[in-house]
Amino acid sequence: MKNKKTLISFLLMLLCPALLTQAQDVEMADAMRDNGKIYVVVAVMLIIFAGLALYLFLIDRKVSRLEKEIKNRTKGL
Amino acid sequence: MKNWLKFLGVLLVLYSIAGGLLLQVPRLPILHETIRNLYFHVTMWFAMMAVFIASMYGSIRFLGSSDMKHDILAVESARVGMIFGILGLLTGMVWANYTWGAPWVNDAKLNGAAGTMLVYAAYFLLRNSVDDEQKKARISAVYNIFALVMMFVFIMVLPRMVDSLHPGNGGNPGFGTYDLDKVMRLVFYPAVVGWIIIAGWIINIRIRMQKVKELVFG
Repeated sequence: MKNKKTLISFLLMLLCPALLTQAQDVEMADAMRDNGKIYVVVAVMLIIFAGLALYLFLIDRKVSRLEKEIKNRTKGL
Repeated sequence: MKNWLKFLGVLLVLYSIAGGLLLQVPRLPILHETIRNLYFHVTMWFAMMAVFIASMYGSIRFLGSSDMKHDILAVESARVGMIFGILGLLTGMVWANYTWGAPWVNDAKLNGAAGTMLVYAAYFLLRNSVDDEQKKARISAVYNIFALVMMFVFIMVLPRMVDSLHPGNGGNPGFGTYDLDKVMRLVFYPAVVGWIIIAGWIINIRIRMQKVKELVFG
């Protein structure tokens, strides 16, 4: 009886590594992170978005100037 | 719109881009790294919903006040909402292509999203079909209210009632309270806020442009 229990426990313990490695088995971009190339991707995306934000800022400023110009002209009248 | 709010929006999105790519995510089969699309694809839809709610707010105010400025808010918000919705659809199609094997599947959420876009496209068609400004604004304001309700039905209610491939519906784990990873939340919530602010900024510029146009050309 005792031997059967230890045998079963031992067999179950053999399963543990298989269950643990399931997380590691899913492929992710670890290589990109390891060789630092991921930072290139981040930099590219940041530049793109910063550029778009800058464009938004510039057209915002243009509209502000137009609003001010209109205000000044109607005040003059 | 206050300048600090605009800077905050830009900052939050920049943060979500950097954190979105660099921070840790759950290692899930099928999705792999694409789970990071949560910060970009899903945020488009959240921004769209916020913007369409703003649009309905404009419509309701217009019905009460008959002041064209509310109508301008309604229509410009709807315009920007469509842009974000289209971006959501496109990004979803790319994501689907690499996770489900096809850019489009016959799925309740996807069909609902496409249906929402059609509903709002019809809003613009309706506006174009009426010449008189006040009438145009009034009719489209009433339609807008129904449009928003339909949006919620199409993308939130119906997909939850049927089988679906899409995360969050049909019994799939979604990105709700129990499924969203702790670290992902740290990037996702700021990203949503950031993109909604950006959407608001775009609407703000468009509204001011319309007002300037009206003052110059009458």
